[in-house]
Amino acid sequence: MMSGKAIREPALVRWALTVAALAFLALFLVAPLVAVLAEAFAKGWAAYVRALSGDDTWSSIRLTLIVAAIAVPLNIVFGLAASWAIAKFDFSGKSLLVSLIELPFSVSPVISGLVYVLLFGLQGLLGPWLVEHDLKVIFAVPGIVLATIFVTFPFVARELIPLMEEQGREEEEAALTLGASGFTAFRLVTLPNVRWGLLYGVLLCNARAMGEFGAVSVVSGHIRGLTNTMPLHVEILYNEYDFVGAFAVASLLAVLALVTLAVKSALEWWHRDELAAIGH
Amino acid sequence: MSVLALKLSLPRRMPSVIPGFGPTLGFTLAYLSLIVLLPLAALVIKAAGTTLEQWGAILSDSRVLSALGLSFGGALAAALINTVFGLLVAWVLVRYPFPGRRLVDAVIDLPFALPTAVAGIALTALYAPNGWLGRLLEPLGVKVAFTPLGVVVAMVFIGLPFVVRTVEPVLHDVDLELEEAAASLGAGRVQTFLRVILPAILPSLLTGFSLALARAVGEYGSVIFIAGNLPGVSEIAPLLIVTKLEQYDYVGATAIATVMLGISFTLLLAVNLLQKWRRARMGG
Repeated sequence: MMSGKAIREPALVRWALTVAALAFLALFLVAPLVAVLAEAFAKGWAAYVRALSGDDTWSSIRLTLIVAAIAVPLNIVFGLAASWAIAKFDFSGKSLLVSLIELPFSVSPVISGLVYVLLFGLQGLLGPWLVEHDLKVIFAVPGIVLATIFVTFPFVARELIPLMEEQGREEEEAALTLGASGFTAFRLVTLPNVRWGLLYGVLLCNARAMGEFGAVSVVSGHIRGLTNTMPLHVEILYNEYDFVGAFAVASLLAVLALVTLAVKSALEWWHRDELAAIGH
Repeated sequence: MSVLALKLSLPRRMPSVIPGFGPTLGFTLAYLSLIVLLPLAALVIKAAGTTLEQWGAILSDSRVLSALGLSFGGALAAALINTVFGLLVAWVLVRYPFPGRRLVDAVIDLPFALPTAVAGIALTALYAPNGWLGRLLEPLGVKVAFTPLGVVVAMVFIGLPFVVRTVEPVLHDVDLELEEAAASLGAGRVQTFLRVILPAILPSLLTGFSLALARAVGEYGSVIFIAGNLPGVSEIAPLLIVTKLEQYDYVGATAIATVMLGISFTLLLAVNLLQKWRRARMGG
């Protein structure tokens, strides 16, 4: 009989591989995170609080929240509509549609911003028309919102499509046969079935929406107090050599990242079976 | 009686019983077109309006070529490093139980959650000559911050979870009985790894590699702080696009963006075809 030993590495090898993997993670992932907090508090608690209390910092926080509050719900509605159409019906061109939905993930953030400049900028295709009607998209909040929607476009849909496909159509069909309206079936059957996957997608979508830098940087124009989001404000402070200020704002974003990871891990732990369908 | 009638009538009504196909698909296509396809079409239209002479001038500019070379070369190096270490991390997480494993597993996704600008200034603080790591490397003559090496370091950070997260579930599903069979036939662990385990996880490793590569090629936020951005030396292609835009050189910015997207999509398509060909050859 084979013993388990034959398919296990010697203890020394296992120990060495584990140490090597942990050292790599400590160097590349943990060290930057610790550095953010260390730099933010390098001159003490008082300097940290002072760095966060500037007007420009507050307006950047407000803008980041506003942008996320518009972009995330829109992408949720889109994700629900797209996954309903794709998972509950058969039609040709479905796999092309799924590829197109994931397209923004393979576009550089800078190019995601550039395409909106080419469309809505002064020299852009719709630029003259916007000027005529006194509308401003680029170097204004609408451009920031659009670029954010673009880069976070696939997050919710990508979680929901495989989950709804896995759950099939029988439950909705049963509800409908029993007299429920389509919307009631969606609300009482579909939504509870996919809620954890939905929350998971929303979480990642929100983290990216609040943290997006490249795409937003291209369309924002960096007007202090007006079109500066938190990540852009970090850059401005950093380039002005206000390191405590830059890292203090960065620490808020780092906390957002940690909360996102914590909730995500908790979801994965509590709802392993439901999320297993989507490969997490 | 009525229950029986209901059961009998079900199969005939099934194909069209779920409503909402028209509105949801219509909304999906409209939103996709407005947010993604129309703006990308603007890029294509702008690129199509660029004359051959303009293309020639842009693509023979040594600054453009070295920026593209650094973005793709750096991304390739980072993706290779991530393939090796991502596999190592996935292996340790799946095979070796150790205290705190769940915490380590959660940390893997940090690059997905941490805003790139935050990662960028943190890496710069670490690797600058007076930083915690830069100070240790300087006596060895290794300069990371403000050199192409710094670009690769940032790209390694940003790409790692792609490899770990694609390899991990596949490694989980590798059949232990196959490994036992290999061992019973006299194979050592190294031989079993190379001839039984590696072929099983190779497609996922390749997928992870291509995802990490695609992400690193376009990466901007985490790279520009640590790169130093010396034209021709440590300037990446996305930064050159931003620079051209700031100078209102829309033609130049569009040309570089088009080349980047063209190469990226070709690479992703090639990897997809390779996977398909592999699956067909393996018979499933």
